[in-house]
Amino acid sequence: MDLFEYQARDVFESYGVPVLAGIIADDPDGVKAAAETLGGTVVVKAQVKVGGRGKAGGVKVAHNPDDAAEASKAIFGLDIKGHVVKRVMVAAGAKIAQEFYFSVLLDRANRSFLSLASYEGGVEIEILAVERPEALARIEVDPAAGIDLDTATEIARAASFPDELIPKIAPVIVKLYEVFVGEDATLVEVNPLVLTEDGDIVALDGKVTIDENAEFRHENHAALVDTDAEDPLEAKAKKAGLNYVKLDGEVGIIGNGAGLVMSTLDVVSYAGEKHGHVKPANFLDIGGGASAEVMAAGLDVILGDPQVKSVFVNVFGGITACDAVANGIVGALATLGDTATKPLVVRLDGNNVVEGRQILADAGHPLVTVVATMDEAADKAAELANA
Amino acid sequence: MSIFLDENSRIIVQGLTGSEGMKHAGRMLASGSKIVGGVNPRKAGTTVEVGGETLPIFGSVADAMAETGANVSVIFVPPAFAKGAVLEAIDAAIELAIVITEGIPVHDSAQFWAHAKSKGNTTRIIGPNCPGVISPGKSNAGIIPSTITEAGPIGLVSKSGTLTYQMMFELRDLGFSTAIGIGGDPIIGTTHIDALAAFEADPETKAIVMIGEIGGDAEERAAEFIQANVTKPVVAYVAGFTAPEGKTMGHAGAIVSDGAGTAQGKKEALEAAGVKVGKTPSETASLMREVYNAL
Repeated sequence: MDLFEYQARDVFESYGVPVLAGIIADDPDGVKAAAETLGGTVVVKAQVKVGGRGKAGGVKVAHNPDDAAEASKAIFGLDIKGHVVKRVMVAAGAKIAQEFYFSVLLDRANRSFLSLASYEGGVEIEILAVERPEALARIEVDPAAGIDLDTATEIARAASFPDELIPKIAPVIVKLYEVFVGEDATLVEVNPLVLTEDGDIVALDGKVTIDENAEFRHENHAALVDTDAEDPLEAKAKKAGLNYVKLDGEVGIIGNGAGLVMSTLDVVSYAGEKHGHVKPANFLDIGGGASAEVMAAGLDVILGDPQVKSVFVNVFGGITACDAVANGIVGALATLGDTATKPLVVRLDGNNVVEGRQILADAGHPLVTVVATMDEAADKAAELANA
Repeated sequence: MSIFLDENSRIIVQGLTGSEGMKHAGRMLASGSKIVGGVNPRKAGTTVEVGGETLPIFGSVADAMAETGANVSVIFVPPAFAKGAVLEAIDAAIELAIVITEGIPVHDSAQFWAHAKSKGNTTRIIGPNCPGVISPGKSNAGIIPSTITEAGPIGLVSKSGTLTYQMMFELRDLGFSTAIGIGGDPIIGTTHIDALAAFEADPETKAIVMIGEIGGDAEERAAEFIQANVTKPVVAYVAGFTAPEGKTMGHAGAIVSDGAGTAQGKKEALEAAGVKVGKTPSETASLMREVYNAL
């Protein structure tokens, strides 16, 4: 989960990373009040989870509260790469002497952590990495050892920070690493990290991504979820404990196992090429259990998507037995009753497949078609969605 | 032969006394695996009845190894305690630790991988968030169903559990030397490359199926490795062509971010390395059958 800049700022502050004062606002009046509280020059910054907001007109400097409110009118509602601005942060202005870059992130390829640092900030780091890779220090961080003051000093030296700045920058790097570990982050990025004219180091912007698997040991993380931006069907599925992603298509998908469900989306998409270009409507992994309750909850979410024209249930009975899945489908349809109105194409294979198919045949539900293979079932589901 | 797991493997289960541990220990025993005990520090000295056998519970992995000669541990410990369980297995220097648990914080996986590395990787880690390893007819360590197919000439390595089952089912007429689910997390122990290298060295394996999915660049690196080091035919499948950017598709590691980690990119990298890539699981199985029949 990516955090908004203001959330990252708050997290940084709680770890003692130097940040500027910032107040969030949801309308121009709020912006004016925030600017009055802060006093002096402020920066109004769009809060969106996407880069490039400066170029898109999402960041404006204002020298008094009225100007700040006026400037914010052009920012609220702005569409930045598909993210509409609903909230801004009014931040205290800073007199910047120099801009730098620092990040620490998960390095999947090396099964380790990586820190990136540059004495040259204020540029897009992706561009710097390509055009002047020598200006971007890449230092592996041993997850068992972490970043102490010595390692931070090493990182700052590698990034060509001059000697006189190192005693100032290294403790900030240590604190940013404490955020990375303490919050179970997969990315902590500060761009720019600045030196002010007063000689202070300040994290002027922050990007933090946190690991959702670690939610169980962070009571504060649930409150960071942007519930406004959640798709209502995704929110409903999450409440039911289902692994669901809404997509833009007509064929509802239910399957077991993340890989098989991803594969099902692809196969349906290929089949759709022959049937009016219908596409998968969602990703839904019901996991190993596939009980009647889980199946009913899954079908309920999918049938709540008005775009859905047909549903493809694709289950390989590994740990799950197909007869249990078949009973789940029959039970779910009984539970849903008249609210189940879309045709269901079911493909079962694996453990107890004969019994499973027999249960569906015996139930003889008018909405259910049982098809032998995954490819044929995808084709049938696409055909029904296009009917 | 087979890789990583054979008829001599002596398996312990960390988390045997939990419901998942008990259920799958029973299944492993039924498929002929030699399970020699379980580990639970609070229940050391007791026994549990699983699948008609009485299995001893030890206080630590080291004790279990000393008493039973165990060389493989299958870990079903819940996420909050999984790191401790894996560190214990590494400290006991067991040969193979298979981490089935889903939902382990990635910082914990990074920690135990760093620890394994500092110990010279004497313990091979498979997973986390994986279905384990099966060498049909010899041993089964994890949750892969043993009834899908029998021993044969194909080696399989996959990020996904159910796609492993699906592919074993599609190629059930040929059979498998070993099938490994390496797991869908961002940090995993054994990689595609490790499994490819082991299959290349295994005389019983004649051809290899590799299954990948969106996220990271493991498939691209595997493609480079295949081009340079693998002489046996490899057929691949990649899932997630229709996955939208920025959304995690079930597996914690399955995410396309900033245009990187796409299925298309992985397919192209594999094809550039001379690997045939199927559009669907069934097409992949057909490609493998063609390749195998031409051997």
